[in-house]
Amino acid sequence: MGRYIVKRLLSLIPVLFGVSIIVFFLVRLIPGSALEMYMGTQVEATPQQMEELKRIFGEDKPVPVLYVQWVGRLLQGDFGYSLRTGRPVLPDIVSRLPISLELTLMALFLALIIGIPQGILSSLRNKPAVDVANRIIGLLGLSLPQFWLAALMVLAFSGFRGWIPMGNFVKFTVDPLKNLQMLFLPSLAIGIGLAAVIMRYTRNSMLEVLQMDYIRTAKAKGLKRHAVILRHALKNAILPVITVAGFNTGYLLGGAIVIEEVFALPGMGRLALYAIYQRDYPVIQGIVLVIATLFVLVNLVTDLIYACVDPRIRLYEGGR
Amino acid sequence: MAANRLTKNSIAMTGIVIIALYIAVILVSLFWLPFNPVSMDTEHLLEPPSLSTGHLFGTDEFGRDILSRIMKGCSVSLIISISATALGAVIGILMGIWAGYLGGRWDNWIMRVADVLFSFPSLLLAIFVMAILGEKTFNVVFAIGIVYIPQFARVSRGAILGIKSDEFVKAARSNGASSSYILFRHLLPNILVPLIVQISLSLSVAILLESSLSFLGLGVQPPYPSWGNMLSGARKVMAIAPWTAVYPGLAIVFLVLGFNLLGDGLRDLLDPRLRNVQ
Repeated sequence: MGRYIVKRLLSLIPVLFGVSIIVFFLVRLIPGSALEMYMGTQVEATPQQMEELKRIFGEDKPVPVLYVQWVGRLLQGDFGYSLRTGRPVLPDIVSRLPISLELTLMALFLALIIGIPQGILSSLRNKPAVDVANRIIGLLGLSLPQFWLAALMVLAFSGFRGWIPMGNFVKFTVDPLKNLQMLFLPSLAIGIGLAAVIMRYTRNSMLEVLQMDYIRTAKAKGLKRHAVILRHALKNAILPVITVAGFNTGYLLGGAIVIEEVFALPGMGRLALYAIYQRDYPVIQGIVLVIATLFVLVNLVTDLIYACVDPRIRLYEGGR
Repeated sequence: MAANRLTKNSIAMTGIVIIALYIAVILVSLFWLPFNPVSMDTEHLLEPPSLSTGHLFGTDEFGRDILSRIMKGCSVSLIISISATALGAVIGILMGIWAGYLGGRWDNWIMRVADVLFSFPSLLLAIFVMAILGEKTFNVVFAIGIVYIPQFARVSRGAILGIKSDEFVKAARSNGASSSYILFRHLLPNILVPLIVQISLSLSVAILLESSLSFLGLGVQPPYPSWGNMLSGARKVMAIAPWTAVYPGLAIVFLVLGFNLLGDGLRDLLDPRLRNVQ
């Protein structure tokens, strides 16, 4: 197992390297330099003054050198300064990260507790009509735009106090219950699509497992129905579901960007949107880097959990 | 035989019927719309849906007819989604089949690039690209297309790996066929099936991505109607005029559902394991 973990950790390096290259060079594609954007349209500078400014800001070197310097600063935790507020980027991101993470985890939790039982139930009632209805409901869940669902929730619950955060957000450390209540609807809006995915995977996986010989054996030895389903079938059927849930957690983070905007939650997504509207590129760069890194890490953790539960994976991959 | 099985699959057929309805709406909208979808009408702001005024879905905060805007927005959404999927599919499939067929160092490099693109949540990547390129309609196509490149690369690479050592490939090679001939005339036609499923599912996600971008103000720009920017406008007034938010949203849901049903039904038909379970 140790060897497998090391191997997977090492495989992160080229991916994160690639991510940093994309983030760095895409921002370089923007017409006009960061310097011109920093100065805005009010200030005029002669070409000589611009050269001088470039030298002061360290922008006068060739691009590859700039990239190496940039990565060097990133590794020391220096993500640059906001063009609008002049504040360092990283502390602003870090202070907003907990809300987005909480939202994501809660959405994942809701998706699991809705999706898995639904999937099991629909795998047991295998009548064609019920089955088709179940699948259509599942596909409908996948087809709902999250932001629309969120907007409808705001509309429907605006009369109920405490369910819609709208500006007065309460931190978990201040009042946990109130915090969870406020994040419930936003998490539901983010998680419902994943719940549909999990339901489908659970169902398909259960259907496959229920056909196995050992299930027949378990039934034949007279075990109770729920024991066969939960202890024998579910335990094996849940494996692919874990993977799917894990790999989709990163997408929940992406969904949080839009949902935070609809519910006016002061998370990282909202910071990103305002940075985009104001063309505050260092902030955008920082957030994209943080989210992509989290995304890669979540996928790694998923892989490790999977390898931990299923020895075939780590033996095969580790042995190669 | 395949067509026969398709017509018997109620899920795929429902999807096809829904998509056909939307295409019919687009065709009608080319020649006729109930009202002008962009001109303002200050006499009829936020009118509720009613038969007598002719505004079946009501009017928005500028007095524009919502039904006409939905009809117009239909072609916008579909054209963007189809172009973006096509862009991502062409580049991704080319990358994937070359990687799968050549193997070795090429495979490694191409798939590393795909891995890197995969390290961004799709919506974040699309938002990021829009922020860099600026809010133009063509850029939306590019932003969504880039999201699909790694997905199509993986699917097509996997499919090629599954068949590239089959007898018919060896036969073609011993007949002196060139690599590109084998790839495009023998291998590609044989992996079309999983690719078609992927295309159908990608179209559904593309519609959601486009509407999310437009909702955030990063996609299709007003006054030109798209379902996403209609919902964005509706946010300010939906408390007093819920119809401004309900109908454009339903338009998105049903089209996305149509593509999901089609993709899901096709996957059933093509995956014999699932067919036996049914």
